[in-house]
Amino acid sequence: MFYIHLFRMIINYKLDLSWVSKIILVLYFWRLILTQFFRLLVVRKPILLKEFLNLFKSFRALRFLALNITFLFATSLSISSQEIDISKGKSLFNANCASCHKLNKKLIGPALKGVSNKYEKEWLYSWIKNSAALIKSGDDQAVAIYEEYNKAAMNSFPQLSNEDMDNILAYTDYTPPAAIASSAANSNNVNQISSSSFTNDLVLVLLLLVLTVLVTMLFLVTKTLKRLASDNGIEINQKKSSGTPIWEKFIKNQFLVFVSVILLLLSSAYFAYGYFMQIGIDQGYMPIQPIHYSHKIHAGENQIECQYCHSSARISKHSGIPSLNVCMNCHENIADYNGEEDLEKGYTKDFYTNEIKKLYKAVGWDETTLSYTGDTEPVKWVRIHNLPDFVYFNHSQHVTVAGIECQKCHGPVEEMEILYQYSPLTMGWCINCHRESNIKVKDNEYYSKIHDELSKKYGVKELTAAQMGGLECGKCHY
Amino acid sequence: MGSHKKYWKSELELSKDNSIVENLKNNEFASELPVESFLEDKNTLQDTSTNRRDFLKYLGFSTAAATLASCEGPVHKSIPYVVQPEQIRPGISNFYATSISDGFDFANVLVKTREGRPIKIEKNSKSESHGPNARVHASVLSMYDSSRIQGPTMDGQNVSWEQFNLNISAQLKSMSASNKKVVLLTQTFSSPTTDLIIEQFISKFPNIKHVVYDTISESKALDAFELSYNVRALPTYDFSKADVIVSVGADILGDWQGGGFSSGYSKSRIPKKGKMSKHFQIEANMSLSGANSDVRIPLKPSTQKKALLKIYEYISGENTNVSLDEKLDKKLKSIASSLKKSAGKGVFVTGIDDVDAQVLALKINQLISSDVINTSKLNLTRKGDDKKVSQLVSDLSNNKIDGLIMAGVNPCYTLSGFKKFNDALKSLDFSVCFSMNNNETAMLSKWVAATPHYLESWGDVEMKSGDFSLVQPTIKPLFDTRQFQEVLLNWSEISNSFYDELKSNWNKTILKGLSWNQALHDGVFSKNKPSNRSFKNLDLSSRINQLNDPNIGDFELTLYSKTSMGDGSQANNPWLQEMPDPITRVSWDNYLTVSKSDAKKLGLKNINESNGALNSNYANVKVDGSSLKTPVIIQPGQANGSVGLSFGYGRRNGVKSELQTGINGYDLYKDLVNVQIVSIESVNETHEFACVQLHNTLMGRGDIIKETTLEIFNTKNSSEWNRVPQVSLNHIETPVTSPDVDIWDEFDRSIGHHFNLSIDLNGCTGCGACVIACHAENNVPVVGKSEVRRSRDMHWLRIDRYYSSQESFSEDNETKDNISGIKESLSVFGEMENPSENPQVAFQPVMCQHCNHAPCETVCPVAATTHSRQGQNHMAYNRCVGTRYCANNCPYKVRRFNWFLYSDNNEFDFNMNDDLGKMVLNPDVVVRSRGVMEKCSMCIQKTQKTILDAKLDGRVIKDGEFQTACSSACDSGAIVFGDINDKESEVLKLKEDDRMYHLLESVGTKPNVVYQVKVRNT
Repeated sequence: MFYIHLFRMIINYKLDLSWVSKIILVLYFWRLILTQFFRLLVVRKPILLKEFLNLFKSFRALRFLALNITFLFATSLSISSQEIDISKGKSLFNANCASCHKLNKKLIGPALKGVSNKYEKEWLYSWIKNSAALIKSGDDQAVAIYEEYNKAAMNSFPQLSNEDMDNILAYTDYTPPAAIASSAANSNNVNQISSSSFTNDLVLVLLLLVLTVLVTMLFLVTKTLKRLASDNGIEINQKKSSGTPIWEKFIKNQFLVFVSVILLLLSSAYFAYGYFMQIGIDQGYMPIQPIHYSHKIHAGENQIECQYCHSSARISKHSGIPSLNVCMNCHENIADYNGEEDLEKGYTKDFYTNEIKKLYKAVGWDETTLSYTGDTEPVKWVRIHNLPDFVYFNHSQHVTVAGIECQKCHGPVEEMEILYQYSPLTMGWCINCHRESNIKVKDNEYYSKIHDELSKKYGVKELTAAQMGGLECGKCHY
Repeated sequence: MGSHKKYWKSELELSKDNSIVENLKNNEFASELPVESFLEDKNTLQDTSTNRRDFLKYLGFSTAAATLASCEGPVHKSIPYVVQPEQIRPGISNFYATSISDGFDFANVLVKTREGRPIKIEKNSKSESHGPNARVHASVLSMYDSSRIQGPTMDGQNVSWEQFNLNISAQLKSMSASNKKVVLLTQTFSSPTTDLIIEQFISKFPNIKHVVYDTISESKALDAFELSYNVRALPTYDFSKADVIVSVGADILGDWQGGGFSSGYSKSRIPKKGKMSKHFQIEANMSLSGANSDVRIPLKPSTQKKALLKIYEYISGENTNVSLDEKLDKKLKSIASSLKKSAGKGVFVTGIDDVDAQVLALKINQLISSDVINTSKLNLTRKGDDKKVSQLVSDLSNNKIDGLIMAGVNPCYTLSGFKKFNDALKSLDFSVCFSMNNNETAMLSKWVAATPHYLESWGDVEMKSGDFSLVQPTIKPLFDTRQFQEVLLNWSEISNSFYDELKSNWNKTILKGLSWNQALHDGVFSKNKPSNRSFKNLDLSSRINQLNDPNIGDFELTLYSKTSMGDGSQANNPWLQEMPDPITRVSWDNYLTVSKSDAKKLGLKNINESNGALNSNYANVKVDGSSLKTPVIIQPGQANGSVGLSFGYGRRNGVKSELQTGINGYDLYKDLVNVQIVSIESVNETHEFACVQLHNTLMGRGDIIKETTLEIFNTKNSSEWNRVPQVSLNHIETPVTSPDVDIWDEFDRSIGHHFNLSIDLNGCTGCGACVIACHAENNVPVVGKSEVRRSRDMHWLRIDRYYSSQESFSEDNETKDNISGIKESLSVFGEMENPSENPQVAFQPVMCQHCNHAPCETVCPVAATTHSRQGQNHMAYNRCVGTRYCANNCPYKVRRFNWFLYSDNNEFDFNMNDDLGKMVLNPDVVVRSRGVMEKCSMCIQKTQKTILDAKLDGRVIKDGEFQTACSSACDSGAIVFGDINDKESEVLKLKEDDRMYHLLESVGTKPNVVYQVKVRNT
């Protein structure tokens, strides 16, 4: 499928590639396909598809960019004469209006799509600049809106120039023709997705076919060569089975048998030990959660600080699973997902929007009236990082005092579509870090005296957590 | 060499033609085995398709499946709040100031909550008096009692609160209309707002009469104060000011007049500038006060009255015509003279349950113009009136009362001395009981109103006049419960909630413009109510005559309340049941205390079993008509001719079967008088005790408890009275503290923190608050009576109690030192095992000593117990394999082994076996599993938390911030914890004090727990 994709890409974007680079690319893809093939066979862990998908995604992003550029180009052509900048309007809208208005939906204020058709432009200017004054003046339309929206006063925006407002209105009026094109592209992608497993199999079958052809060819060639040889009267030196076969020799050699049995036992003990030691270590544990919450979207694409939601990590032993009211800080306004999609896995916009609906159900948020019903249903998340009871771990010690990045233990959370346990969370892993990490002494008066004295005693400049007592049993086990 | 011996198995074989013998040659058994009888029906057995092979297959498969399944970790759910309350942050404790006022215990406390559930009671530092005792510390567990009533009931059927209130209101109205007599019987609330609500209720229903009832009455003292000062209350005492304390039968460190005196008492007991108070105790039972006193005179109650008169005589000069034997007379004279000389710094208190005696006590204090007693600031924690209660009982049995409403009391249990009460209550048409548990009274009441625990309630208390405290909920009510006050407001048709009423009453009458939130935050609010009460001089001659003519019987029983169980309202609390009594060291029981010579006379015995357990026979105690079969403890120091029995046990209703221990002392509490004339006979049945200390004497081992007298302490060098043990090094006596005689290398602990714990044997009263605090903080399991009997109690902190075998410990030492020769040593040591008739008593809290050179650490084969730089001896439970070498090698015997799994185990059906009871567990401390050793950790979770808090704030830790559960619970300041590397710390001063010594210093373990030599003011 990627093979096909590559060619499609080359054809689609008419990428100017020299023959050499094309061959390199083909070879690279072959390598990827083969590693993918073996990994699928051996590991069957979808995580490992990641690097592959990343590559794929970067191409797709390129394509979307290209599409966007074309749309923009088209639109700017159509309205450039009016000197109105829709993109500027969009940013102004997002900065000033989006907290209360949406394009297609009632929020605190009305939906703004096509608002300029409903009202006169001059009236809109004065409304936006100072709605309160307009209401006071007794303007019928103004009073009507005021009454309709429960006497919620709209902020005044005297800083906006008429030109700005034109831009905003242009944005609110604008229906992107891209919608059709992109949906077409989407459907195209969807087809690809549905056919992806099929193509995967196809590739496998093809590869097998090629292999059988090669094997038959080889067989035929030797056969022909042999025939040629016999025709020409050349005697082929066939090895004669002289004496006992090698395995019988091996059995007779007791030393060898002894050594290999020992080796076999040792190696099986090694592997058995390895197997038993990994019991209870849930590295890579990736349970299905009741709500498909994507850290990739929140922490990665939207760059939300970890501790915005996991706020107690700063002060408490628990990082805390955010309560649903924290989600609603943003999701009161974000009811639909409008970001990127991963059609490969079925993460469509509808899919994500549906997950937001699950949040609304749990928190008891009525989207139509934009109010809480009080009918709640706590979310039962599946806990991923489970330390045994006999271990005391404190987030604040590590996050606030030591200033360790969350990623150090939790891995690249901002890239995780589904969160999984990144670290083994074994004692050896903890201890190792304590041995390697230095104490963060700066600006912490608590450490100043003890650090001076201890570092002098140990003759080092900077103390590790271990030297500070971070290896003592009772520091974590009580 | 062949042998032709024939071995025969039975003589039957001798007779050759016996058929059985023949049969046995061929078969293994003579007759066919009766397989059918245990395999049921032979036919069905044959019909089944499961054969042996199938069985083995199933067995193999299920074993393999179980093994495989166990490799999979369990799935943990994590459920966050929908809307997280602002104050609750997971993992962070919140503290709320509140107060307990259950009618018996009154205390201002701070409640530690985690994730919204209260887990521990702490002292409220804003309050100067009424710190929490052991029962208050344990009260948090009583909230998580699975046997609590979960909603209101009528005739045993669950009803809704609406229905409940509607029905009762209608009944109340109809009863009020026909002017039927209804009595409201309550505990002492001493709550301004509750009083107001009751007042409103009675004004709405004037046919209701309010009777206040204290389960253990102080009515006589109240009457006496009323006679002398015109106010029905109790005076307050500030023992910290006292130089001379004379108590006749008053257990001032126990529950006398509501208790709460120990912190003030201890302040005057720690020698400062060569001065400390002198405490004379005249009593019948060995009480905590007697154990802590300097001079203790055991006298039976009737003689106590005479002694009181004699003291009065010597102080007032008034002749009382009392004749006592010369020796006692001399002692009393010296007591009186030291009281007289005390110049206002003396105090005389008495616990004799007699108005005349109480009047005389007040008079004596007036004569010596005592500053210790305060008659203007009043103690309001006892208000019960015996006369009214007796009247109520007789009215009830004569059908003069038509309805009874009860709140905060359990009269069916505590009034069992009045036989008629229960029958009368049963026959009442209208009886309402406000109760938390399905107790004796709730069982017999028509209506039962489920009330919340005080940690789920609002309220206020005025413990001393002018000292107000607030009660605030620390958790949402666990069950469908309503407060008494809330229900009363509903019945009075007042629409306000109790909270509104409380707040408005406070704003109106108490705060008067000051901040409600601040008062709620502090939990206490003090207001000066200056009032001078004039002493009324009464005619004492008739009183003196009455006292002088006491009713004397063969045996006089003194009923008392035990430190652990109090009045018995918390009988379902396993922590308190397992807490050993500070004096007898017996847990899970109450018993008759008898003096040794009386026991001999009566044929009562205590036997130490070979397995280290204590047995006794029973005694039948008879008081006009009622008799009670009680186990017996032979109590050193018990006055001859007197016996003692505690209240609080023998609860049977609403108490788990394992906790239904002891016998009900209230059965003998006739007419609410705590001294009864009894006759006793021995019953030849064996009772098994769970006693944790059988070796009662110190045997002259002065290095365990070091003692001296104030005189020697003041005049001689510390090397005289606090000698460091010496060993011979190259024939030179060298102190064991010297590094030359140490076989260990010293580790440098001068960097960072180095924790030390100091225990002042002068300050420690043995009250046991630290034991329960340790229980709560460290998730110490309860193991039950039979396990305690096997010496498998799990207390991390024990309070050893020692008796002297001579009159005093110093005489013990002398006796030991004067032994010469092996033969004499055997006989003398044998004698020294027996405590004296009136011994000196010493308490010693012992926990893990956190030795710098710990013997336990070196013997652990898996290095599960190790030492830290901070001086704490660590115990890694998950590493322990349970060899118990460490416990064997510990010279202090402070390690505890988990013989069983004590959580989630039906064999140990205590709080760790039910979901509700587990809510009290401290989430910062692991619950140990079976086969693991555990011990005091010096509250490492608390020290680590303090360090982390300082790191988070980036600051240096101040002295006093480091606390352990025991040090913060210690009301008397005997336990001090801190960092000795902090040069300013109090604990360093204590470590360098002259009185400092280490337990078993000669062993060379270099403990991080230090003791302060006990100084007696004899």
